Amino acid sequence: MIRFENVGMRYGTGPEVLRDVNLNLEPGSFHFLTGPSGAGKSTLLRLIYLADRPTRGLITLFDQDISRLKRKALAPLRRKIGVVFQDFRLLDHLSAFDNVALPLRVAGMAEAKIRQNVTELLEWVGLADKLNARPPTLSGGQQQRIAIARAVITRPQLLLADEPTGNVDDEMALRLLRLFEELNKLGTTMVFATHNETMARQSGLGRLHLENGELSSL
Amino acid sequence: MIGRSSNDIPLQRDGTSRMLPWLIGPTVYLAALAIAGMLALHGMLQNWDRGLAGTMTVELPAGTAEPVVTSVVTLLRTTPGIASAQAMDRAAEAKLLEPWLGNSVAVQELSLPRLIDLHVVAGARPDLPALKTKLVAAAPGAVLDDHQQWLDRLYTLALTVEATGLAIVLMVSAASVLTVVFTTRAGLAVHRDVIELLHGLGARDGYIARQFQREALRLGFAGGLGGLVLAAATVWGLGHVARATSVLGEQAKLLPDLHLVLWQWGTLAALPVIAALAAMITARLTVMRALARLP
Repeated sequence: MIRFENVGMRYGTGPEVLRDVNLNLEPGSFHFLTGPSGAGKSTLLRLIYLADRPTRGLITLFDQDISRLKRKALAPLRRKIGVVFQDFRLLDHLSAFDNVALPLRVAGMAEAKIRQNVTELLEWVGLADKLNARPPTLSGGQQQRIAIARAVITRPQLLLADEPTGNVDDEMALRLLRLFEELNKLGTTMVFATHNETMARQSGLGRLHLENGELSSL
Repeated sequence: MIGRSSNDIPLQRDGTSRMLPWLIGPTVYLAALAIAGMLALHGMLQNWDRGLAGTMTVELPAGTAEPVVTSVVTLLRTTPGIASAQAMDRAAEAKLLEPWLGNSVAVQELSLPRLIDLHVVAGARPDLPALKTKLVAAAPGAVLDDHQQWLDRLYTLALTVEATGLAIVLMVSAASVLTVVFTTRAGLAVHRDVIELLHGLGARDGYIARQFQREALRLGFAGGLGGLVLAAATVWGLGHVARATSVLGEQAKLLPDLHLVLWQWGTLAALPVIAALAAMITARLTVMRALARLP
């Protein structure tokens, strides 16, 4: 599903943030991505969700060499990927409903179907009574659930989570991990970036470790 | 009721595009005035052209004896292509001068040249050089005026005024387009985070551009409509002033008649739509160009 071959990445004329990264993630796999702050976890995720292009190396996503794809062809690939951002990146001027509906509207789904899907999902994450609430009026935990709902509403083939447990207590972190494991069992490939190495170790799942821009498999 | 409550990009909430109607409004106002002026001038020229088409004037020196005048009229009437020739009497000549000199007795006593009004047969082309020779032979000092020189000068003046008007329209349009470009760029910068998020969710460039172009269309039309209303009031006011200042009669107005007919008002009414469409297309092209730089 995801294949990196000798991928390097630098911003502008700065030093290389990622060096010779080689990676091969199978469909349906679950991997933690660990490493200290500044190790390059977010940069690696940005390359996977096509927010940046590598400065060198080859990336294959969904069996397609992205360097050979035209810009227009990247939008459909992005729709197969869900991302949960550490800072949620919810749009404050939109309701919880509209935030979750965003990926479906971008994909051009009919409004009636959007209404049904989003309502069901918000019920599933326990926010049925917050459909019209704006993010600033919600708690951190509620915002996080909206962010997760937005990431999974399209049933993406690949789900990336960037420090989703960074701002929650241990109990909530565990609940989130269970939620992602459930999604993984339904066939979604997961990459879960965290600096919480204990949680990653205890899960018994695949671990990728980034240190000084170099990736190793643990 | 659950449904779409707002645009994905909160363009209506930031100040970057708020000034757009205030910039497009004056643009449409100036363009409407320039076009109204051009249309009015064009109409006046057509009136003059129609009034003078097929007419000529023969001017005989002051003091020309009446038998000479009569012989010239006879010569003209027998010239092929001339439909009619009529010598103006002193009363008619005095009436022509009345708007400028009044109708005092002194005017009646002025030594005025004699004028003969000619009408040409429709479509006919009299041999004017031959006619001029015959006229001078019959009445030394006679002058044949076919008004062409005067009309040519008027046309040159009108063309200059029209070209100036067109240049004004083009300049204010270019200024408007640049305004929309800068406003759209400011909007792109302000909403960069939202745009990157939408882009990351798989939004095509057209999806993002549509939100900017809708807003530009709305604001462009609002500004254009305001400008048009002001321009209409100005044109109406100037027309009113033009009629009010025609103290010397229809022939001696201080301002040209700014009375527009229905189709000319229709042309002006199209300006807000054109401005809105231009703003929309400009916004779209600006956004598409900027988004092309994203990966």
